[in-house]
Amino acid sequence: MTATATLTTGGRHRPGRGTPSRPGRPGRMAARLLSLLPATLLLLAFMLGPIVYSLYGSLTDRAMTGPRAADPQFIGFANYTELFASPDFWLSLGLTVVFVLASAVIGQNVLGMLLAVLLRSAVKPLRSLVGGLVVLAWVLPEIVAAFALYAFFQTDGTLNAFLGWFGLEGTSWLYYFPMLSVILANIWRGTAFSMMVYNAALSEVPPELIEAATIDGAGAWQRFTRVTLPVINRSISTNLLLTTLQTLGVFTLIWVMTGGGPGTQSSTLPVLAFQEAFKFAQVGYGTAIATVTLLIGAVFSAIYIRILKPEVV
Amino acid sequence: MATSTAAVSVSAPRRRPQTVLSSILLAVIGVLFLVPLLWIVFASFDGDAQVTMKLPGTWTLENYTQVMTWELTWQPLLNSVVISLGTAVITVVAGVLAAYPLSRYSMRFQQTFMYGILFGTGLPITAMMVPVYALFVSFGLLDSVWGVVVFMAATSLPMAIWMLKNFMDSVPISLEEAAWVDGAGSMQALGRIVIPLMRQGIGVVFIFVFTMAWGNFFVPFVLLFTSSNLPAAVSIFNFFGQYGSVAYGQLAAYSVLYAAPMVLLYVLVQKLSGGAFALAGSVKG
Repeated sequence: MTATATLTTGGRHRPGRGTPSRPGRPGRMAARLLSLLPATLLLLAFMLGPIVYSLYGSLTDRAMTGPRAADPQFIGFANYTELFASPDFWLSLGLTVVFVLASAVIGQNVLGMLLAVLLRSAVKPLRSLVGGLVVLAWVLPEIVAAFALYAFFQTDGTLNAFLGWFGLEGTSWLYYFPMLSVILANIWRGTAFSMMVYNAALSEVPPELIEAATIDGAGAWQRFTRVTLPVINRSISTNLLLTTLQTLGVFTLIWVMTGGGPGTQSSTLPVLAFQEAFKFAQVGYGTAIATVTLLIGAVFSAIYIRILKPEVV
Repeated sequence: MATSTAAVSVSAPRRRPQTVLSSILLAVIGVLFLVPLLWIVFASFDGDAQVTMKLPGTWTLENYTQVMTWELTWQPLLNSVVISLGTAVITVVAGVLAAYPLSRYSMRFQQTFMYGILFGTGLPITAMMVPVYALFVSFGLLDSVWGVVVFMAATSLPMAIWMLKNFMDSVPISLEEAAWVDGAGSMQALGRIVIPLMRQGIGVVFIFVFTMAWGNFFVPFVLLFTSSNLPAAVSIFNFFGQYGSVAYGQLAAYSVLYAAPMVLLYVLVQKLSGGAFALAGSVKG
């Protein structure tokens, strides 16, 4: 799968750069290949290996224990037929789409952009303070961030205590609104990335353009939507894809906060794959879910390469 | 910024209210980001820490002294160091070796390789953990620290090769040509000339991979079982899960001890890379 995707994207040929000028010496090509060997072997064994294994394993009835663990049988597309007939899978796929759309595409991107804009116009000490806080939430190990947010959304947690000050009654957020909780948590955790991308992009917008638009009578909103956004268009699309890919793989945050529950109410695809494979011991079935997730990731990754294509290699 | 003299005429009068509004909005968002972080800090110093954020009645180091035992903290942290160092060393060595021919020569399969690498950086690795588990069963690598190290090295290689190639591209090739004239081989040129010139870049990649491995929970969670092998990320989770009523103060203290090195390393990377936007910038390619 990787192979096909890379081949189709690697079609364009460009005359080489570097040094073709060096006089030939025996074994030179061999030395180059030797130098590439350790990385290539690692990538083949532990990146391509699991992907190929994923494709194959999803066609078997491998289980965690019992005879099907030692001697899994090839069962063709039975896992997929079962998967596509399972309401849990479709729920999980839907939850994954909601999670990615709400927390990454909308939440992190919009908040990241807002922060980047605010950071340019707010007073100075506040800028570095808030910028630092947002980045700190991103730098923390994921499990620590997950604990902090678990405590925040808990029934007797900070959020409800805060609502209590205003006479509002809180609820068991993690139980009744598990998706909302993990979406907000992922926004808290991941917005720093978009903020930094947009901060860098905004600093490269030529000030003359903004000034010219101002002179032409454009308001702040018009300047932003008609001048700034089109100029940083590429950063936006790149960032959308990267945050999508990052969010597609989020496991720890959800696992710690809700365990994918209650039931499977917050089981996105990576969580569901883990549950099926390890809690219910259906490794083959879990592998099929993993394969679907990988395929979705592969599609986005391929789009990402297309967008970057003019500037790579 | 608000008093910038460059922005005269039309825009100047609107700057002030805009600054005030921006600052208020920014402060509100800042508070929302601060509260969960403050909870960790306050709870870690609170003898009677609860799940709600509050100022400790009396500040105490008791939580820290209670978790600072060999089994609970030091061994898991040591395991984290071993795993992260191992991963970073393997990744950087294999990454530099691979980046060199990719940066210096043009090879037939180079473009395919680079696209493959870029494709690899985009894949959701967490989605792979079930097949990786099955693969590790076949390899007999389950519960092996080295298995975890090698797997994490492989998954961080695409990003590392990408970053290292970019750093290497900015080392002028003319310096090596001089060395070649003097009869040095390509590996000698790499070791004597290229690597010393890009040591900052290598440092950034090293720390980047190290922190990724340090913060990784899912991979060791799936692949390791023996408690003496577990890195801090997993042992902290077990600690959290084992108790019916969670000892929040200790959990917070433990979290601070585990998170502190990452924050320090991040600051170090910022210094190394000149303060700008090192990690995310490199992700953009």
